[in-house]
Amino acid sequence: MIFGIPLLQMLILVYAATFDMKKIDMAVIDKDLSTTSRELIAKFDAIPFYNVSSAAFDEKFADEMLLKDEVDIVLVVPANMEKNLIRDDATQLQLLVNAIDGNSAQLTFSYTTSIIADFNKNLIAEWKGIPEFAPPSQVKITESYWYNPELDYKWFMAPGILAILVTLVGMFLAGINLVREKEIGTIEQLNVSPIKKYQFVVSKLVPFWIIGLFDLAFGLVIARLFFDLPIVGSLFLLFSFASVYLIGVLGLGLFLSAISETQQQVMFISYFFLIIFILMGGIFTPVESMPDWAQDINRINPIFYFMRIMRMIVLKGSGFFDLIQEFISLAVLGVSFLSLAIWQYKKTI
Amino acid sequence: MLIAQIKKMEKIITVKNLVKKFGYFKANDNLTFDVYKGEIFGFLGANGAGKTTTIRILCGLSSPTSGDLKVAGFDIYKETEKIKHNIGYMSQKFSLYEDLTVSENIQLYAGIYGISRKRRKEKEAELLKKLELEDAKNKLIGGLPLGWKQKLAFSVAIFHDPKIVFLDEPTGGVDPITRRKFWDLIYEAANRGITVFVTTHYMDEAEYCNRVSIMDAGKIEALDTPAKLKEIYNAKNMDEVFLKIARK
Repeated sequence: MIFGIPLLQMLILVYAATFDMKKIDMAVIDKDLSTTSRELIAKFDAIPFYNVSSAAFDEKFADEMLLKDEVDIVLVVPANMEKNLIRDDATQLQLLVNAIDGNSAQLTFSYTTSIIADFNKNLIAEWKGIPEFAPPSQVKITESYWYNPELDYKWFMAPGILAILVTLVGMFLAGINLVREKEIGTIEQLNVSPIKKYQFVVSKLVPFWIIGLFDLAFGLVIARLFFDLPIVGSLFLLFSFASVYLIGVLGLGLFLSAISETQQQVMFISYFFLIIFILMGGIFTPVESMPDWAQDINRINPIFYFMRIMRMIVLKGSGFFDLIQEFISLAVLGVSFLSLAIWQYKKTI
Repeated sequence: MLIAQIKKMEKIITVKNLVKKFGYFKANDNLTFDVYKGEIFGFLGANGAGKTTTIRILCGLSSPTSGDLKVAGFDIYKETEKIKHNIGYMSQKFSLYEDLTVSENIQLYAGIYGISRKRRKEKEAELLKKLELEDAKNKLIGGLPLGWKQKLAFSVAIFHDPKIVFLDEPTGGVDPITRRKFWDLIYEAANRGITVFVTTHYMDEAEYCNRVSIMDAGKIEALDTPAKLKEIYNAKNMDEVFLKIARK
C-alpha cells in the first residue's frame, strides 16, 4: 500500500499534469485562395503539431468551431491578401484565439505569430532577393534552454510530485498512527509508564521517517525509468535535505495529531494544511509571481523549500552552498514543528 | 489481617481531600483515605461513582482539581514521573498492542521500564511458563481469548515489579472460573509485596480484599475490612452491604 499508491500517483499525475502544447487545432478561412495564402497554409500543415482541420470560407463557421471548442485558433486570410502584398508591400491577417485557458492561448498565439513572421521573412527574401546588407537594427536571438533542454514538462513535474508524495505519506501516516493509539486506548498504557515525552514522539517519528526516505528513493527510480529524469546533482545531498525536511513534516503531522482526539479531526486539519502548502509550494505556478503576502506565508511552508530543493538538485545539480538558505529554513522548521509536537503531546488527559 | 496490624504498617498511598471537577460536576467529592503497603485494597462503587476518575488521578493520567496526594512516597503534582516508575496500571479497556505478538508486547514494556535485555528474556520465559502461554508466545495478542488477554495485561503491568499496581475493573466480562484464576495472580503479586489497588463491580471479589471502600456519587460511604462492614451493616454478604449503602 505504502509503495503501490505512490507509484500509481507518480505515473498518473506526472503524465496528466502537463502544460506541454502537444497539438494545436487550427481552422483556416482562406478568402484569398492565392499561391501565397496556400503556401502559408501548407507551412502550417507541414508542422506536425498543427492540425489544420478545415478550410472554411466564412467567419460564422469558424466562430461555431471555436464555440464548440473544436479548434484552438482561427487564421483568417482576407481576400486580396497577395495583391495587397505585392502592391503595397503590406497586408493583414487575422488570428482568433480560444483563450479559455489563458496560458495555452498565449502559447498558441506566439507560436503562430512566429511561424507567420518566419513565412514573411522568407517571402521578402524570395521576392526581393537576399539583402546585400543585413537589415539594420535586427537582433538575432538564438535560444538555448538550460537544465531541461527539450523542455520536457515531465522533468519539471516529476520532482515536484515526488516531493508531495513524500510529504503525504509522512504526514498522514504519522498523524493517524498517533491518534489511533488514542482511539483504541493503547496510549494509556504508555502514559502511565515513565517514558519521556520526547522518547515517545521520536519513536513515532522514526518509522515514518524511514518509510518517507524509502518512498523518495523508490519514486526517483520510477522517475528515472519512466520519464528518463536526469538526476544531475548529488543523491547524497538530496537525501540529506529530505531527511531534514521529513523531520519537519512528520513533526507537523505529530503536532496536529497531538492536539486531535480522533482520526477524522487529524485528517481534516492535515488536509487543510496540505492543500494550502501544496498549492502555494510552487508545484504548478512559480512562487515568484505570487503576491508578497503569499510569499511571506511560504516562509513557513516546508513544501515550498523542498520543492525548490528537489528541482534544483535533480535538474540543475545545485550544491549545498547554493541551497544553504533553504537548508537553514528547513532546519528551523524541523526543530520548531518537532518541539511543538513534543510540547503538545500530553501524558495526562 | 487484623486492623491493628495494618495500622502499624507503612502508608503507601495517602489521599487528603481529593476533589476532581468536570465543569460543575464533582466526580470525586472530597475523598480522604490511606492505602497500606502490601494490602489488597478494593475500590467499589456503582458505575459512574467516580472510581475510574480516582484511579486515573493516582496513576498520573489526570490531574486533581484540589487535594493532597502522595503515591509511593512521591507528591502527585511535582513528582509524577517518579511515581510512574513505581506503579503498574491495567486499564478497564484492554490496552496492549493487539497487532503485536505476546512476546513483543512483553519486550516492549519491559524495555520502556528499563529492564535489561538479558533479564527481560529470562523473566519472559518464566512468565509464559507460569501462565502456560508458551505456545502463544509468537501469536498476535488480538487473537487470544479475553481471559488470557487480561492475565497478560496484568502480568505486563507488574513485570517491572512496581510497588503498587492499579487494576481498573480487571475481570470485566469473563466467567467466574477465569475470574478466580485471575485472583490467584493478584494474591501471588500481593505475596511478593506489591500493593494492589483494585476496582470492581463483583461483590464476591470484594470478599477477597483486605479492605474495601465503597463509593457512591463521588463520595466514600464506607471503608473497612469486609468482615467489619458486614457486621456494621448487619449483612450476610458484601452484596447486601453494597445494596444498603447504595439505597441509602
